[in-house]
Amino acid sequence: MAQTAERVVGTEVRRKEDPELITGQARYSDDLAAPGMLWMKLVLSPFAHARITSVDVSPALQVPGVVAAFGGRDLAGEWAGPLPTAWPVTDDLKNPPMYPLATDEVRFQGEGVAVVLAESRAAAEDGAEAVVAEYDPLPVVLDMEEALKDGADLVHADLGTNASYTWTLTNGDVDAVFATAPVVVKERYVVQRQIPAAMEPRALLAEYAPAMGEYTLTTSTQIPHIVRVVLAAFVLGIPESKLRVRAPNVGGGFGSKIRVSPEESLALVLARRTGRPVKWTGDRSSDVLTTHHARDQIQEIELAADEDGRIRGYRTRLIANMGAYLLLVGPGVPLLGAFLFCGPYGGEAYHFECTGVFTNTTPTDAYRGAGRPEATYAIERAIDALARRVGRDPVEIRRMNFLPESDGPIPSPGGLTVDSGHYNGTLDKALELVGYEELRAEQRARRERGDAKQIGIGFSTYIEMCGLAPSRVLGSLKYAAGGWDAARIRVLPTGKVTAFVGVSPHGQGHATTFSQILSDDLGIPVDDIEVVHGDTALAPLGMDTYGSRSLSVGGVAVHRAADRIVEKARKIAAHELEVSEDDLEYVRGRFSVKGAPDRARTIPEVAFSAWTAHNLPEGVEPELDASAVYDPENFVYPYGAHICAVEVDTETGQVDVLRYAAVDDVGTIINPQIVDGQVAGGVIQGIAEALFEEAVYDENGDLLTSSLTNYEVPAASDVPSIRIDKTVTPSTTNELGVKGVGETGTIASPPAVINAVVDALSHLGVTEMARPATPERVWRAIQQAKGGAA
Amino acid sequence: MIPAPFEYVRAESVDHAVALLGEHGEDAKLVAGGHSLLPLMRLRLARPSVLVDVDRLDDLAYVREAGDQIEIGATTRMAEVAASEVLATHNPLVAHAAGHVGDPQVRHRGTFGGSVAHGDPASDPPTVLLALDAQMVVRGPAGERTVAARDFFKGLFETDLGPQDVLTAVRVPKLSTGTGWSYQKFHRRAIDWAIVGVAAVVERSNGSVARAAIGLTNMGLMPMRAEGVEAALAGAAAEPGALAAAAGHAPEGTSPPSDTNGSAEYRRELSKVLVRRALEEALAR
Ligand SMILES: Cc1cc2nc3c(=O)[nH]c(=O)nc-3n(C[C@H](O)[C@H](O)[C@H](O)COP(=O)(O)OP(=O)(O)OC[C@H]3O[C@@H](n4cnc5c(N)ncnc54)[C@H](O)[C@@H]3O)c2cc1C
Repeated sequence: MAQTAERVVGTEVRRKEDPELITGQARYSDDLAAPGMLWMKLVLSPFAHARITSVDVSPALQVPGVVAAFGGRDLAGEWAGPLPTAWPVTDDLKNPPMYPLATDEVRFQGEGVAVVLAESRAAAEDGAEAVVAEYDPLPVVLDMEEALKDGADLVHADLGTNASYTWTLTNGDVDAVFATAPVVVKERYVVQRQIPAAMEPRALLAEYAPAMGEYTLTTSTQIPHIVRVVLAAFVLGIPESKLRVRAPNVGGGFGSKIRVSPEESLALVLARRTGRPVKWTGDRSSDVLTTHHARDQIQEIELAADEDGRIRGYRTRLIANMGAYLLLVGPGVPLLGAFLFCGPYGGEAYHFECTGVFTNTTPTDAYRGAGRPEATYAIERAIDALARRVGRDPVEIRRMNFLPESDGPIPSPGGLTVDSGHYNGTLDKALELVGYEELRAEQRARRERGDAKQIGIGFSTYIEMCGLAPSRVLGSLKYAAGGWDAARIRVLPTGKVTAFVGVSPHGQGHATTFSQILSDDLGIPVDDIEVVHGDTALAPLGMDTYGSRSLSVGGVAVHRAADRIVEKARKIAAHELEVSEDDLEYVRGRFSVKGAPDRARTIPEVAFSAWTAHNLPEGVEPELDASAVYDPENFVYPYGAHICAVEVDTETGQVDVLRYAAVDDVGTIINPQIVDGQVAGGVIQGIAEALFEEAVYDENGDLLTSSLTNYEVPAASDVPSIRIDKTVTPSTTNELGVKGVGETGTIASPPAVINAVVDALSHLGVTEMARPATPERVWRAIQQAKGGAA
Repeated sequence: MIPAPFEYVRAESVDHAVALLGEHGEDAKLVAGGHSLLPLMRLRLARPSVLVDVDRLDDLAYVREAGDQIEIGATTRMAEVAASEVLATHNPLVAHAAGHVGDPQVRHRGTFGGSVAHGDPASDPPTVLLALDAQMVVRGPAGERTVAARDFFKGLFETDLGPQDVLTAVRVPKLSTGTGWSYQKFHRRAIDWAIVGVAAVVERSNGSVARAAIGLTNMGLMPMRAEGVEAALAGAAAEPGALAAAAGHAPEGTSPPSDTNGSAEYRRELSKVLVRRALEEALAR
C-alpha cells in the first residue's frame, strides 16, 4: 500500500533533480540537435554608439558552409513589433524600440547588426567574421548624471532626453518630518553594474513545421510561458497557439534568463525562412555583452531621526541605468525595491523617487533580488551612518528601530503590509552564531597592537518582499501581466502522481519541494510523484520562475490543487464505504470512517476507482484530477540578520571574509537542505557583489571586463563557509506559511560585507567605501583617511 | 569562441618539431598544454595556420638533479613541478610558485615550458626563474644553446626563442641551506594572475644579507629584477627597518600596467609592501 507514514515536509529529502545532473545525463539546450539544423551566429557591434553606414553580408556567403546571411534591414519586414517591455512604469515612459537586429544605429557594444547561418558552428563563426559592417561613430553617453544634464549627448536623438521615466511614491508628510527632525543623515552610494554569469550561457534550438505552421522553441529560459505570449503576439505576429516553448534543463538564470531575446526572435524567423532548424549557443564572449546587465544605480538616501537615533522619515532618490533600451521588466526593477528603503524599521514618512536613464551600455534588467538588494544596501549602509552620527552601536540602532514584533500583518513606512516578523529573534541568533563578543575582543586586540591586518564586523538586518505577486498590485504598478500561478495534479490509475506546474525551475529544486508538499497532502511517496514544468504544451498556463515566487505562489497552487483532489476523492470514498462525507476522517492519503478506522480507502484506491469509473457517485466525473490557480493577496516578507566579519590588510587593501552568519526567517521550511543551498549560494553571490564583480566600460563604451579573466566571479576557493541558521515565523499570506528564499542571500549580504570593511577601518577614520571593495579601493580609502595621496 | 581554421601536426621528437616548424614557416606555432595559446586562438587574437603539438613529448616531462642544478623538462605539467620531491628538497621556491598558478585544471594541463615560452609578464614562473638566474635550454635548427633568464625575456610575450626554436628544459640552481626564499603573489581570486608578484632569494650571513635577488611579476612588459632593492640590500642588516627601506626601491625602473585590477600607482605601492614581506619571509625561512 502506497502510503507514507511520516510527514516529509520539513525533512531533507534528497533532491530528485540531482542524479541526472551529477551523472551528466541532463540535457541542456546546447545538448539538443535536430536533423538538418543550421548554426546561427550574430555579428555584434564593436561600437557603443554609431550610425551603421553599410552591412555587406556577401563575403560571408563565400565562406564554405555558410547557407545564409542577413543584415538588420534584410529582416526588418519580419517583425510585428519591437521587443517589448512588459513594465511601462509610468504613462509618459519613453520606450524607444529595440528590434532583434539594429538597422540604422547601434546604441551599445554588442547590439546585433547581422546574422549568419551555416552548416557548422565553426562555419557560422567564420561567416560572421567575414561580414563587413561599417560604422560612423557617434558620441557615447556613459555617465548617468551627465546624461541627465541639459545639452547632454543623447542615446536616442529623437527622444530629446536620456530620461526614460521618473516614478515617485510618498507616504506621510515627508517635508514636515525632515524639517523638524533634529538629525538628518544624507548618504550617496553607487551600486555598480554587474554582469549576471549563469554557468550555462543562453542557448536555443528553433524548429518550424511548415505544413502545420507550427514553431517549437527550446530555449534556456526562466520564462517559457511569457516568452511564448510575447514572441508570438508582439514580435512574430503569429497565433500564440502555433508556438510551443520548452525550457529544458537550464543551467542557472539569476534573472538573466528573464528575457525575450533577439536570438530567440531571429532563430524562429530564420527557421521558417530556411525551412531548417536553427540552433544558437551563446558563448561567454557574446554573453557578457548581450545578456542583460544588472544593478547600476546611484542612490541618495536621507534619514530623519530623533537625537537618540529613532528614525522618523526616509527620503530616497535614485538614478537607475536602463542601458540603451528598456528590456522586458527593466524599468520595473527599481520599483521592486521602492518600498524597502526603510528596511524592517519604523517611521512616519517615506518618499521614494527613481529616474530611469538611457546610456550607451548593455541594457539592464532583473538580477537575483532585483531592486531589493539595492534598497537593502542603501538602508543598511545609511543606518550605520546614523549610528555613527548619534553615537550608537550598530546593533543598538537596529533594535531600537525595528518594526513591532508580530505574528500577524503590520504596516511599514514604505506602505507595505508585512506578513509577520520577529526581528530581534534573528538578530540574537546571528550574534551568537557569528561569535560576536569574541570577534569584538579580537578586533580590540588587533587595534591595540596596531596589526597590519584589522578586522571589522558588519550587519545587515534586512527584510524583503517577494512571492511576485498579487495581480492587483502589479496592475497598480502598471506591470502588463498578472502574478498568479497554476498547478494541475493528476493521480494516475496506479496511485502515482503527475503534477503539472506553471512555474519553470532552473536549478531551484521545485520537483523535490513540490513532491514533498504533495506527499504530505496525498499520502503518496515522494518517489511516486513526477513534476512536469517548462513546456507550454504540457504545463498549465503560468507565470514562470523569478522573484522567489515559485513556492509561495506556485507551491500554494500545488497545495490547493491537492486539496481539490482530496475533496473529490472524499466523495468517491464515502460512496464506496457507504457513509456520508462527514463521517470520513482524512489523514495523509487515507480516508477512514470515524469510529471504525479499519474501514478505509486510500488515495491510490480511490484513483483506481476513479479511473475504472465502474461505480462513481452521482454527478462525479471519472479521473482523479484537479487544477488550481492561486493569486496571492499579499507579498511574502522574508527577513533576517546577516553578520559578516572581514579581515582587511591595511597595507594592501585586501579584504577576506573571516566569518559569515546568516539567520533568516523564510517562514515554514519544506526542505531544509534546499533552503540552505539557496541561502549559501545567495550569500556568496552577494559577497561577490560587495568584493569582486564589477562591469567596467572605458570612455568609448568598450566593455573592459569582457571575460571571466577580469570580470571577477569568485570561485569556491575565494569564499568562506557560511554559518546558517533559521527562525520560523510562518507567513500569514498563504496557508503553507512559506515566504521565499531564492533571493534572501543576495539581498542581505552586500551591505553586511561593506559595513564590515568600514568597521575594520573606522579607527583610521574611514566612513565611506565604494563597492566592490577591491584592494585598490580599500587601499585608497585608507590613504585618504590618513590624509595621504590618492 | 572557435579558432580560425588551422592545420595540426604532432611532433614525434624535439628534432621533428624543429623540422616541422621549418617546413611550415612563420605561421606555424608550437602548442603544448594549450592553456595560453588556445584562449588566444578562440578569441581569434592568435591565428596560426599550423599547430605543431609537442604536448606528448614525454621525454621532456621530468624534474631531475643535474649536478648543482635541477633540470625541469619543458613539457612537465605545472602540477608535477609543484609536487616535485627534488624541488621540495633543493629549490622549494619553484615548486611553491608553480603550485600557485591558476587552478588545478590549469596546473594539470599547462606545462612549465609553455609558461616560460609564452613570456607573459603577469605569469609567476618567469619571475621566479629570473630571480634564480635560471638557464633555458633551447634546441633550434643550429642545434642546442643555453640562454640565461636575464637574456631570455625580451618584451611583452617576447622571448629569445626564434620561430624554429623549441624550449627543451629549464635549469635552476640548488639553493644552499643559508638561502631563504619567498614568492608573494597578490591577487583577488585564487585563479587569477598576480596583480603584482614578488620572488625573493636571499642569502644570509651573520645577521645581514649577503646577497638578494628580487624578481617582480606584472610590473612592466616583462618579468624584471628589482635592482634598486638588491643594491640597497647588499650587506644590509637583516632587520625590519633596513628591509623596509630597501623595499622602498621596488618600483624603481618599473612600468606597471593600469587595468581593471589596479592602477600603475597602486601596483607601485603594492610592490613595496610585497617586497618587504617577501624579504621578511625569506629571512625567516
Ligand atoms: C584560467 C587560467 C589561469 C591561469 N593563471 C595563471 C597564473 O595564476 N599564473 C601563471 O603564471 N599562469 C597562469 N596561467 C597560464 C598558464 O600557466 C599557462 O597557460 C600554461 O602554463 C602555459 O603552458 P601550456 O603548455 O598550456 O602552453 P601553450 O598554451 O601550449 O603554449 C604557450 C606558448 O608557448 C609556446 N610553447 C609551448 N611550449 C613550447 C616549447 N616547448 N618551446 C617553445 N615554445 C613553446 C607556444 O607556441 C605558445 O606560444 C593561467 C592560465 C589559465 C587558462
